[in-house]
Amino acid sequence: MILNRRRFIGTGIATGALLSAPTVWGQTKAKVVVIGGGAGGATVARYLAKDGGDALDVTLIEANPIYTTCFFSNLYLGGFREFESLQHGYDKVAAGGVTVVTDMATAVDRAARTVTLAGGQVLPYDCLVLSPGIDFKDGSVPGWSVEAAEIMPHAYKAGPQTQLLKKMVEEMPQGGTFAMVAPPNPYRCPPGPYERISMVAHLLKQKNPTAKILVLDPKDKYSKQALFEEGWAKHYDGMVSWVGPEFGGGAVEVRPDTMEVIVDGEAQKVDVCNVIPGQMAGKIAALAGVTDDSGWAPVHPDSMKAKADGNVYVLGDSSAQGDMPKSAFSANSQAKVAAMSIRGELTGSRVFPAKYSNTCWSLIAPEDGVKVGASYEPTPEKIASVESFISATGEDAALRKATYEESLGWYAGITADIFG
Amino acid sequence: MARMGSDGLTWTLETLDAYVENPKALVSGTRMNYRGMADAQARGALIAYLREWSDKPQNIPESEPTARKTDPDLDPAVLGIVGDAEYGEYLSSECSTCHQRDGSDQGIPSITQWPEEDFVVAMHAYKKKLRPHPVMQMMAGRLSNDEIAALAAYFATLE
Repeated sequence: MILNRRRFIGTGIATGALLSAPTVWGQTKAKVVVIGGGAGGATVARYLAKDGGDALDVTLIEANPIYTTCFFSNLYLGGFREFESLQHGYDKVAAGGVTVVTDMATAVDRAARTVTLAGGQVLPYDCLVLSPGIDFKDGSVPGWSVEAAEIMPHAYKAGPQTQLLKKMVEEMPQGGTFAMVAPPNPYRCPPGPYERISMVAHLLKQKNPTAKILVLDPKDKYSKQALFEEGWAKHYDGMVSWVGPEFGGGAVEVRPDTMEVIVDGEAQKVDVCNVIPGQMAGKIAALAGVTDDSGWAPVHPDSMKAKADGNVYVLGDSSAQGDMPKSAFSANSQAKVAAMSIRGELTGSRVFPAKYSNTCWSLIAPEDGVKVGASYEPTPEKIASVESFISATGEDAALRKATYEESLGWYAGITADIFG
Repeated sequence: MARMGSDGLTWTLETLDAYVENPKALVSGTRMNYRGMADAQARGALIAYLREWSDKPQNIPESEPTARKTDPDLDPAVLGIVGDAEYGEYLSSECSTCHQRDGSDQGIPSITQWPEEDFVVAMHAYKKKLRPHPVMQMMAGRLSNDEIAALAAYFATLE
């Protein structure tokens, strides 16, 4: 639904005026509406309320009252964490001065600067932040649709899907086959599918050691590949078969009715099938008209502001920004740059040069953790990688254990930073 | 060799040096078919190479004092920079992805209320890659002297 009635801000600044005008200060607080309460959205809302509390009215719209983090959900699959440990409420976000609305945003009218919610509420904004994560591309894997996710789970948005996949792995017949249809680039959490393979292998090694894992991959290489291959050979010898595009991994069809995967025209029966489809920006970004043909939303590298609209910012997985991987760490990092930029525009506070960073930890087996990371800075064209590092193959057990323990510290740290 | 371990042999520079000089003299029953390296200078060079793989490197007696430094030898002018705490607060948002502001320490150390000078010395040591840790070397690597001072000023006073 599009609202036609024009809204006015403060004491008569007509809509369409750029929000760069610091004249928005005054009796009326500038309104920031954030859609999506994950690593990007909750962080930007909290930082804006913390630093701009007197001048900014910050509203966070999130469909779920309790958020389940996709990051670390593989560790739940592997039996290293309780499901509840992935769940976070918004009490502390609200206590920090953010108005938290549990609802789904269904429309954005950028001309009128309003957001419409499924519940019918219409919220005006001076600045809109979209951080809606990912949605799946229809037809990315022939035979699979979101409706089939109850039979062939994606488990790539954490929640009931993650629990369903774990249950399926645990109930697999002895010697059965777990298949994963890995996603094409770009997608959320580049090492995620392969950490998942490691965690499923760990679970099967204990409960179902003759089971097989089949990875069907449209990519000819993937994140931390040498580290995963080394780890699979060391811990799960002979269990994991990876089929790249050269041998049909890129042209896979699935048949949920018969639990079959068709690779290179040949049907194979499997017991569990985890389909991680091709991805695009969360639907509201497309509805708001800030995405391009790629399905992602291009942003300015120095601020995370949408190229399509100076009053809209796009964070995290949904944004097309350059070299940063789609990860919670990236979204959290981008949120802080955006918060600074928004505050600068709406309240006249100091604006500093944007700095971004990312690190992704992955667990291969108990106490065998690895990491990859990089720092990033804006260039005129994109957010560009400045310096990077990656764990080495052949590292000793003490270092791998320290890396795993560091990842636990990171989870505690980033979730405190996001949710309070 | 394992028996020597259970007898209490620990590898120090002295024991390693003695072993390389004459393996059979130090460890009885070793199958190491190597007669030893008499030249102290050559042993020093070999141990200096091995030392590069050590977590806790120490000086090598016959060679230059080459233990890996962790003190970055800062110019007093760098230590004297008065940090811009407001800039530090913005920069700190990058730290708080891992280091918790309230000083909780769960697998990643707390940096809240760290004395300013210690903070500055540590960050410069990471920047010069004298202190090991790939994430911190990368994070510190792109911070200017003023930015390090700004962060130190902010974290020193963070409640």
